[in-house]
Amino acid sequence: MGLRFDLLLFTAALLFSPALSDLVLSKVDRRVDLTTQVVRITSTLKAENTGGNSVSEVLVVFPDRQAKTLAYLSAVSNAGKGKAKVSSVTLPVKEVELKGMPPSLVGYSVSLPEPLGKGESFTLDVLAVYAHSLKPFPEKITQADIQLLVFEDSAYYLSPYEVKAQSLTVKLPQARIESYTKLENTKIHGSDIKYGPYENLPPFSYSPIVVHFESNRPFAVARQVVREIEISHWGNVQVTEHYNIVNGGSEIVGEFSRLDFQARPHIRGPSAFKNLVAKLPPRAHSVYYRDEIGNISTSHLWGDSKKTELEIEPRYPMFGGWRTAFTIGYGLPLRDFLFESEGKRFINISFGSPINEIVVDTLIVKVVLPEGSRDISVSAPFPVKESRETKFSHLDLVGRPVVVLEKSNVVPEHNQYFQVYYTFSSISMLMEPLMLISGFFFLFITCIVYMHADMSISKSSPSYLAKLQWEEVQAVIQQIDNIISRCLAVHDKLEASLRDLSRTGDVQACKAARKLGDSALKELTKELKPLLSFLQSSSQAGHVVSKVDELVTKERELQEKLMVKLSTVVDCYEKKLSGREIENRINAQQQKITALRQEVDDLLEFIDEL
Amino acid sequence: MVEKPNQVNAGSKSGSPTMQATSKPTDLLSQHFSIRSLKLKTKQQELLIRVTILCLVYVLAFITRLFSVLRYESMIHEFDPYFNYRTTLFLTQKGFYEFWNWFDSESWYPLGRIIGGTLYPGLMVTAALIYWTMNVLRFAVHIREVCVLTAPFFASNTTLVAYFFGKEIWDTGAGLVAAALIAICPGYISRSVAGSYDNEGVAIFALLFTFYLFVKAVNTGSLAWSLASAFGYFYMVSAWGGYVFIINLIPLYVLVLLITGRYSMRLYVAYNCMYVLGMLLAMQIRFVGFQHVQSGEHMAAMGVFFLLQVFYFLDWVKHQLNDTRLFQAFLRITVSTAVVVGAIAIGVGTASGYISPWTGRFYSLLDPTYAKDHIPIIASVSEHQPTAWSSFMFDFHILLLLFPAGLYFCFKRLSDATIFIVMYGLTSMYFAGVMVRLILVATPAVCLISAIAVSATIKNLTQVLRAKPKVAQTGSSRGGSSGKASSKGSLDQSQPISKNGAIALLFGAFYLLSRYAIHCTWVTSEAYSSPSIVLAARGAHGNRVIFDDYREAYFWLRQNTPPDAKVMSWWDYGYQITAMGNRTVIVDNNTWNNTHIATVGRAMSSYEDEAYEIMRSLDVDYVLVVFGGVTGYSSDDINKFLWMVRIGGGIFPVIKEPDYLVNGEYRVDKGAAPKMLNCLMYKLSYYRFGELTTEYGKPPGYDRARGVEIGNKDIKLEYLEEAFTTSNWIVRIYKVKPPKNRW
Repeated sequence: MGLRFDLLLFTAALLFSPALSDLVLSKVDRRVDLTTQVVRITSTLKAENTGGNSVSEVLVVFPDRQAKTLAYLSAVSNAGKGKAKVSSVTLPVKEVELKGMPPSLVGYSVSLPEPLGKGESFTLDVLAVYAHSLKPFPEKITQADIQLLVFEDSAYYLSPYEVKAQSLTVKLPQARIESYTKLENTKIHGSDIKYGPYENLPPFSYSPIVVHFESNRPFAVARQVVREIEISHWGNVQVTEHYNIVNGGSEIVGEFSRLDFQARPHIRGPSAFKNLVAKLPPRAHSVYYRDEIGNISTSHLWGDSKKTELEIEPRYPMFGGWRTAFTIGYGLPLRDFLFESEGKRFINISFGSPINEIVVDTLIVKVVLPEGSRDISVSAPFPVKESRETKFSHLDLVGRPVVVLEKSNVVPEHNQYFQVYYTFSSISMLMEPLMLISGFFFLFITCIVYMHADMSISKSSPSYLAKLQWEEVQAVIQQIDNIISRCLAVHDKLEASLRDLSRTGDVQACKAARKLGDSALKELTKELKPLLSFLQSSSQAGHVVSKVDELVTKERELQEKLMVKLSTVVDCYEKKLSGREIENRINAQQQKITALRQEVDDLLEFIDEL
Repeated sequence: MVEKPNQVNAGSKSGSPTMQATSKPTDLLSQHFSIRSLKLKTKQQELLIRVTILCLVYVLAFITRLFSVLRYESMIHEFDPYFNYRTTLFLTQKGFYEFWNWFDSESWYPLGRIIGGTLYPGLMVTAALIYWTMNVLRFAVHIREVCVLTAPFFASNTTLVAYFFGKEIWDTGAGLVAAALIAICPGYISRSVAGSYDNEGVAIFALLFTFYLFVKAVNTGSLAWSLASAFGYFYMVSAWGGYVFIINLIPLYVLVLLITGRYSMRLYVAYNCMYVLGMLLAMQIRFVGFQHVQSGEHMAAMGVFFLLQVFYFLDWVKHQLNDTRLFQAFLRITVSTAVVVGAIAIGVGTASGYISPWTGRFYSLLDPTYAKDHIPIIASVSEHQPTAWSSFMFDFHILLLLFPAGLYFCFKRLSDATIFIVMYGLTSMYFAGVMVRLILVATPAVCLISAIAVSATIKNLTQVLRAKPKVAQTGSSRGGSSGKASSKGSLDQSQPISKNGAIALLFGAFYLLSRYAIHCTWVTSEAYSSPSIVLAARGAHGNRVIFDDYREAYFWLRQNTPPDAKVMSWWDYGYQITAMGNRTVIVDNNTWNNTHIATVGRAMSSYEDEAYEIMRSLDVDYVLVVFGGVTGYSSDDINKFLWMVRIGGGIFPVIKEPDYLVNGEYRVDKGAAPKMLNCLMYKLSYYRFGELTTEYGKPPGYDRARGVEIGNKDIKLEYLEEAFTTSNWIVRIYKVKPPKNRW
């Protein structure tokens, strides 16, 4: 069918053959690279101006059937002959409407760096990359069959200009060729097919050729790839890529035998590919590889200072027509990709998929900027469809602005850097931590308020009143407890003064201390009185009252005993008795005091535990 | 004890830098105060320690369940959780009404399944609520992470409930120990590791919570608590079929209290409120519906409800009559009338079919041999087998020994609450003995009762330890002790053990408890953290080898078969195929239609041509079998095959078990029965296996799972073709060929 179409075109081309301009291509060298699923045609054109007017543009045309699969086109000036390739300059290429030419052609014009004067010549390299131009034939094969592909093109360079001399080289992945169109001057060198040279062909010359050859190279086609690049100003660029991959080669029919495949994978399943390699930027970290149902454990990662290489194996070998879907993700250091210029920040990151030799039908790149970014603009090296959306991630209030770039038919040549410019103030970075802090702060405040708030509904119910009373009782007991402790402290002081006495023999000091202690104790007793009477009157304190009373009496007893001891000792000192005698005299008292003190402490502990 | 430091401080005098000295005279006073004020805070200190311990236990319960995430990944485990995950996903995506009215055409082809009416939605709604809350708080988590971590989260909450429950039935110490024990108890961990997204994960929390609230209601007689327990019961009903245990245990408990003469107004209020409201609430769950008034399993609760009313009425009459003789007569009449009316009501209800008889599962609990004879589908599930002693030891470890000790303590201090825990412990232990999976239900009771034993023992021992120094001090301070001190000393001497003995016992207890902790951690990491979707083994060099064949196959199905393809497999894999493979299955783990399962069993055990007819009638496109012959994976379809035969034969008498056996022996080698060697399952499992050498030095076709050379190496398939086999041959998928053209 394609052939017939081409013939039609050819005849049409013969009908239209106006002298478009004075340009003549004196030499055309075409190299077709079929070693991968992506077809790359490099044409070296030597244009010569034979007319009078200077020419500033060179037209490159494609039949529209080819133009549909054309994914990438670039022209590079090839100044300086052969070895001395001085500076090769990329020339601007733009699509143009063709006038006065066959309708089934699509044309691009290459602007020359400087107009070409009469008799001057200029050499340029045109690289055309096609995404889906190789067709498997037969379309369905069994597991053991080899995969054959068909490539169609013209033996002559299709051009609106007269071509003086030209040649075509087709490079195949393997030497095995099923069939190819034989024209005059066709030669085979190993895995290369050479057409030409042909000389002096009129404009729009076309001679279809078909090459049918074996290729078991991976035919990985991604139906859709979504790359999400999320920028965090805390120092990370997180890239997440969702792939939807199909083996675009000949579909497998009939049985898939694991036995055959594992015994002789290269004979039984030669066209299946087992792995894909992704070249990630250097210093990529936290790499993961998973799909909808979980982590996929078959992947390997190598890294050095120049690149990180990730080899991923799909869950099963990818036979023709089989599909798989997975997600890879990795983090990149922010400083490698984020820069600042004229008060604006911009991210500079590559556009295409990092996986080697993959054709992407639809590539969607989403750049998620930090919340609060403004004045967003995009600069891409080739036309893309641009739109905006908002993404809600952790702790976002208004959402993060997302720049969505969409491009179809993406080949590895599209792996170029693009930039997203935006402004973002560093203070906004602190917003989320502050939000968290204030969130916790309010949580604790509410807890405190709740603990202190009285939530009971009925303020007059007996249980509520009892609770209130009990709280009061507890407070009073606490106070009593306090007072007793202070009494005990006074006791300790008195004891200390006694020890001082035994050391220094200063009776007066001891007496003074006793007087002080006496008054302190009296005051404390006075304080105790209303509390005790309250306790007795309270109905809630029933079971504690006895204990408290016991405590108070025990303490008083202790007080008395201590005073007696004190006076005995002072007495003895005044009588100038020997230490041993004093010891003997107070021995019995001391025992009682210790015992009482023990009891008081026990009681205190008991009351504490209420 | 406090005295001593005081004296030391006072002796050294001079305000030490730690004390704030206001002025010289009050120096000593202030010293005393700071220590006193420290001492005054013991209660707060105790609170602080308690809260800290609880927090640590809470965190521990969570992180000990994360072994599976660390070893493997954050993924859903086993079989049933995949269904729960799939429905949760549906719920979060489509909303509650869609979920409630969901008719799932992807399972039980061609019958389909009404999901909303045949599941307990508690788990899914809980996970979805957590997910939505997180999203409202702007934590952008994936629903899968929520599902994976739901069970550990609820396990953590269970420890809190265990603490409060322990506090309610014994004291705070027992509560703390119970929380710590249940946090790491393997019996509970087995069903609540991260990824084990199953009903039991939240149900054990709900179960214990309901029990706690009910006991609290009985203890306080407060309407609020019994209302709360009714809602707890509602949550339990919405989460797990095990609610039947609650609705039978609580009436039984009430009955026991009535018999032991512990009837009180508190009990009356608690039970009536809980039963009536709980029943009404439970009716809102579509899967349960009117079972509370129509099913035999729920009749006990209703009977006890009426009995309580009769009791109350009699009480009132007794109070009014004030005459014993008259009351006796009245009692006789009332009781006999009540019994007769009740018997007639049940008789009429059962006879007219209004009250449904007990289900097979319920019977099999009461009579462990019932399922084996009557319902092979229940008996075929490994977790429905009677429990072996070893698995009790495995799951409870020292708790098994502490349990009787705890019962002793409970009986020593009988109260309404301890009676409850004793009854819960004993009944659930019986059920745990009947079915392996019910160890789960027994675990909280065992932990609580053991905690009482541990706490009471340690408390007694430390009392011995703490009492001694006091006596020593009083004794040593001044030769002859006063009367009071000596009485105290004699009190201490009355303790049965000496101080050294107490220390030894404490160390023993510490040793046992630490062994328990080590055992639990080991069991969790080795036995209960495997997702069973991904298999791991040790390679020849000690490296870890991962067999991810299940997901390989399911993902292949998902990607490379038509979206409406129907897959036939044994019911074990149904949920996984629908969740991970996203394809329609004939039967799945919700074994509601025995005939349908038997049809699949029949197809698997028939000859290929007969099976083809069955598969054609079921519209089957792919057949999936699990085969472990290459890797030595023993829970494959060949080992399950006899159950397929039994279940198939239970409905279709064409299939006879003896046809597949040789002298009552199940074999796959040359000596196997001819029907066995040619049935569909055998052919699909061993197709082209005879050409493969699996082990060095063994003939080709050596089955490593069963350790024999297979009997039929030359298998030809006529109606099916191999569509996919995973890299380790664990899952094999066959395509059913379209019928041949007649011309």
